[in-house]
Amino acid sequence: MSTYVEWGALAKILIFGLLVGAGLPALFALGVRALEGPGSRDADGNRPAVRVVLAAACFTVIVAAVVGAIVYIAAGGH
Amino acid sequence: MEHVNEPALLAIVVATALAFDFTNGFHDTGNAMATSIATRALKPRQAVLLSASLNMVGAFLSLTVAATIATGIVDSGIVTLEVVLAGLAGGIVWNLATWLFGIPSSSSHALVGGVVGAALAAAGTEGVLWTGLISKVLLPALIAPMVAILVATVATAVVARLTRDVPQDTNDRVFRWGQIGSASLVSLAHGTNDAQKSMGIILLALIAAGAVDPDASVPFWVIVSCALAMALGTYTGGWRVIRTLGKGLVELESRQGMAAETSSAAVILLSSHFGYSLSTTHVATGSILGSGVGMKGASVRWNVAGRMFSAWLITVPAAAAVGAAFYGIDKLVGGDAGSYVVFLLLVAAAFVFWALSRREPVDHRNVNHDWESGEEIVAESVEAHDPTLLAPAGDRAEAGR
Repeated sequence: MSTYVEWGALAKILIFGLLVGAGLPALFALGVRALEGPGSRDADGNRPAVRVVLAAACFTVIVAAVVGAIVYIAAGGH
Repeated sequence: MEHVNEPALLAIVVATALAFDFTNGFHDTGNAMATSIATRALKPRQAVLLSASLNMVGAFLSLTVAATIATGIVDSGIVTLEVVLAGLAGGIVWNLATWLFGIPSSSSHALVGGVVGAALAAAGTEGVLWTGLISKVLLPALIAPMVAILVATVATAVVARLTRDVPQDTNDRVFRWGQIGSASLVSLAHGTNDAQKSMGIILLALIAAGAVDPDASVPFWVIVSCALAMALGTYTGGWRVIRTLGKGLVELESRQGMAAETSSAAVILLSSHFGYSLSTTHVATGSILGSGVGMKGASVRWNVAGRMFSAWLITVPAAAAVGAAFYGIDKLVGGDAGSYVVFLLLVAAAFVFWALSRREPVDHRNVNHDWESGEEIVAESVEAHDPTLLAPAGDRAEAGR
């Protein structure tokens, strides 16, 4: 079968696919949870700074990944 | 510039390649935009406009075009303009047929199938590199959806778990943006990838006819016309396919849509990076299925999915049969006239498919209507019966006498 299926490439696609394809949505969800999840507002209706920083970090990583993907497409990698 | 061989044939091949590019665009709109339309993150028209623009940008983005068609799958020594023409025609007919039935199917596989059929008709079994066909086309058609289902299932499950106690309306509002962003990436990648295939075919035809030098880069008009043809096709919107992908497989909400499109973008880009190209259509469909598997309480219509998988398995043989038939007709009529006949037949076939589609039109107005259970399945089970047996009893008795 190994002549027909490139197992090495397939394994890499699967591993990195899970890391990126599931990791980015997870980060996005984490950011949403930090901003809007339970306990995201204190008694006065303000968000604790640590939650805002966490959300900002999540969304920054996502934006960086998207920019990276566009550069990658433009560079002819696709 | 030297003498151009067979300018009329060349013009027909270029026109057919652009027509294929158009069907590619409108067949594949759903891959990127079906989820955004189904969850109402975007209005149907907005979605196809966004997708068309990004396809267009994508087509201009990267211009490393390979002047090839089906390399490693058919013997390049037998690829004549007639083979290319018949192959394109086979791909277009298959694209239109699957569109009519609302089945997302890979445009690149349809093209490969058409070329394989034409190659078989031109040179027999020697003309096809079977190992390449199995390893580059047939097996990836099975592998791609499985990889995508797995990734999207994990993505959806994780997202659903992390946001389970966030208010639903907040989730819908925020994830909508993630969904639009990830769908845009899929559109962009599609524009770059698939418009270049048509550019490559046209470049190949131009070189073969001696209209440009073998080491020439892609002429600007080729880039512009391919980008336009695909964007126009995308904007026309293959609403039938969009409907099946967005409403037929899984009832989607924004969180699932976002997880599905991100998985699609990741798997598509990674697979081409690791040199094991997987079809955008197969990946996108798998991702949508996965977003249903990973979501608690969501149901997946596996019967609809099953119909798609069977369509993917017969894509190559079916397009090959059409491609072979077109090649046969071309040779039977002979000369330039043969290619004209092929082109006219193709136009006629396209018109027939369009006319058939008008009987049950799907467009931006009804693309999101509720999926009726058994929709389109009924027609199939009726087909399996003998219509004379189903006629009213009185008629049957009369007919029997």
